[in-house]
Amino acid sequence: MAYSEKLLDHFKNPKNVGTLDKSQNNVGTGLVGAPECGDVMRLQIEVDEDSGVIKDAKFKTFGCGSAIASSSLATEWLKGKTIDEAVAIDNMAIVEELALPPVKIHCSVLAEDAIKSAVADYKEKNSAAK
Amino acid sequence: MSDQKLIYLDNNATTPTDPRVVETMLPFFHEIPGNAASRNHPFGWKAEEAVDYAREQISGLINVDPKEIIFTSGATEADNLGIKGVYEMYARKGNHIITCTTEHKAVLDTCKKLEKQGAQVTYLEVDSEGLVNLEELEAAITDKTILVSIMWANNETGLIQPMKAIGEICERHGVLLMSDATQAVGKIPVDPKATGVHLMAFTSHKMYGPKGVGALFVNRKNPRVKVTAQLDGGGHERGMRSGTLNVPGIVGFGKAAELARKEMQSETERLSKLRDKLESGLKNKLEEVYINGSTNSRMPHVTNISFKHVEGEGLMMTFNQNIAVSSGSACTSASLEPSYVLKALGLGDDLAHSSIRFSLGRFTKEEDIDYAIDAVSKGVNHMRDLSPIWEMYKEGIDLDSVEWAEH
Repeated sequence: MAYSEKLLDHFKNPKNVGTLDKSQNNVGTGLVGAPECGDVMRLQIEVDEDSGVIKDAKFKTFGCGSAIASSSLATEWLKGKTIDEAVAIDNMAIVEELALPPVKIHCSVLAEDAIKSAVADYKEKNSAAK
Repeated sequence: MSDQKLIYLDNNATTPTDPRVVETMLPFFHEIPGNAASRNHPFGWKAEEAVDYAREQISGLINVDPKEIIFTSGATEADNLGIKGVYEMYARKGNHIITCTTEHKAVLDTCKKLEKQGAQVTYLEVDSEGLVNLEELEAAITDKTILVSIMWANNETGLIQPMKAIGEICERHGVLLMSDATQAVGKIPVDPKATGVHLMAFTSHKMYGPKGVGALFVNRKNPRVKVTAQLDGGGHERGMRSGTLNVPGIVGFGKAAELARKEMQSETERLSKLRDKLESGLKNKLEEVYINGSTNSRMPHVTNISFKHVEGEGLMMTFNQNIAVSSGSACTSASLEPSYVLKALGLGDDLAHSSIRFSLGRFTKEEDIDYAIDAVSKGVNHMRDLSPIWEMYKEGIDLDSVEWAEH
């Protein structure tokens, strides 16, 4: 399978690998997938509470090259977006950007789910706090 | 990492054709172009002579009579011919076939096809090493059983089945035994007659011969075994497999068999040392490394290793510009299911997704292994740095207690 240059670059030099402190109120964590399925994606966002803008985003992914590239790209896109803009990110945009082959589209779906899950976690934390 | 270096450790997928084999084949494309079935001119005679010689070289490797070799297009066709051919030929005796869950798809899918036509098929489970249980096998035999088909050595793990013991059970019950010996022939001593195997499929391209040619061994005496032809036509190969013989391919197959016979012992010693070096090298450099399947009864050149909390295809992408291997990970197949062979050993899906098969071969050098140990370790470390489940494991979180959002 021949992968696009962009995909290979995100795989070899993944952006924003790491862990944010999930105990912080302004950090939302999304953990999607399962080891049995061969994909686990953890995506975290750090939100500026005044503006609702995502200041930082980190990920770690257990999965194939496409899953890693999809999550790396997602974190790049998230930074600077508001949480409302973040949940509007569509998996097909990731498919297009990385030229994912049809058998790898599920990797982009997982990335979209991870974003939504991280935002939901952030919202839940903050509605409970207030 | 140099982009020039290219190391082939996927010899169970296919082997490079030995240059000595290629050289033997070349005259049979142009200088000696005859059809081995042309009985009335020297072109045909020479081709037939070459095929006969190859048949002897191949039968010599597995210690059978040359007349017991039926040439096919490969092992898949030989598996099909053996199983379907016996099913049709012995239909009056019964309709029950026994095989096992870790067989190659060429056997499993052939059996599934026959089930649609009325066959009863028993698929034996294997133990955690990959071995069939002999008592279960014996208990599965009924008066309707016409064939037991068990592979000699497994393609994914290199596990060798206890063929001799299986042969004795079949002998006791008067049931035909077939073996898909694709991975074994040319690599380890294989003697079907001494083992009680009556039909055996194997192929040229797994033993440094060309692709597109294989064979089915069919026992001729005590018992005389017959298979119903699956291709209709000119009645070649004693009526069992019609079709003009692939003369250059067969010549190459013959030469490959001769070389394998001569070099098997020294290669076994050399490759098992290199394989052991690869395993210990990776285990020394990395934690949580698991060898899959039996380490007591296996081929000298194969190892199947799971690197926990690392996904196989992703791992391969870290080094596949330089090293060619296979993975049991779902992501390497369109089915999105991890290896059924590894799952049959009782491996969890997570470890099956994390598996890499390294298969060494005649052209593997020690420096290749040194390079592979280094590159694979780096790849595993890179992937573990990226892996959330590795991080969780390191923090002491019981992964089984996590509620995963399965997709």
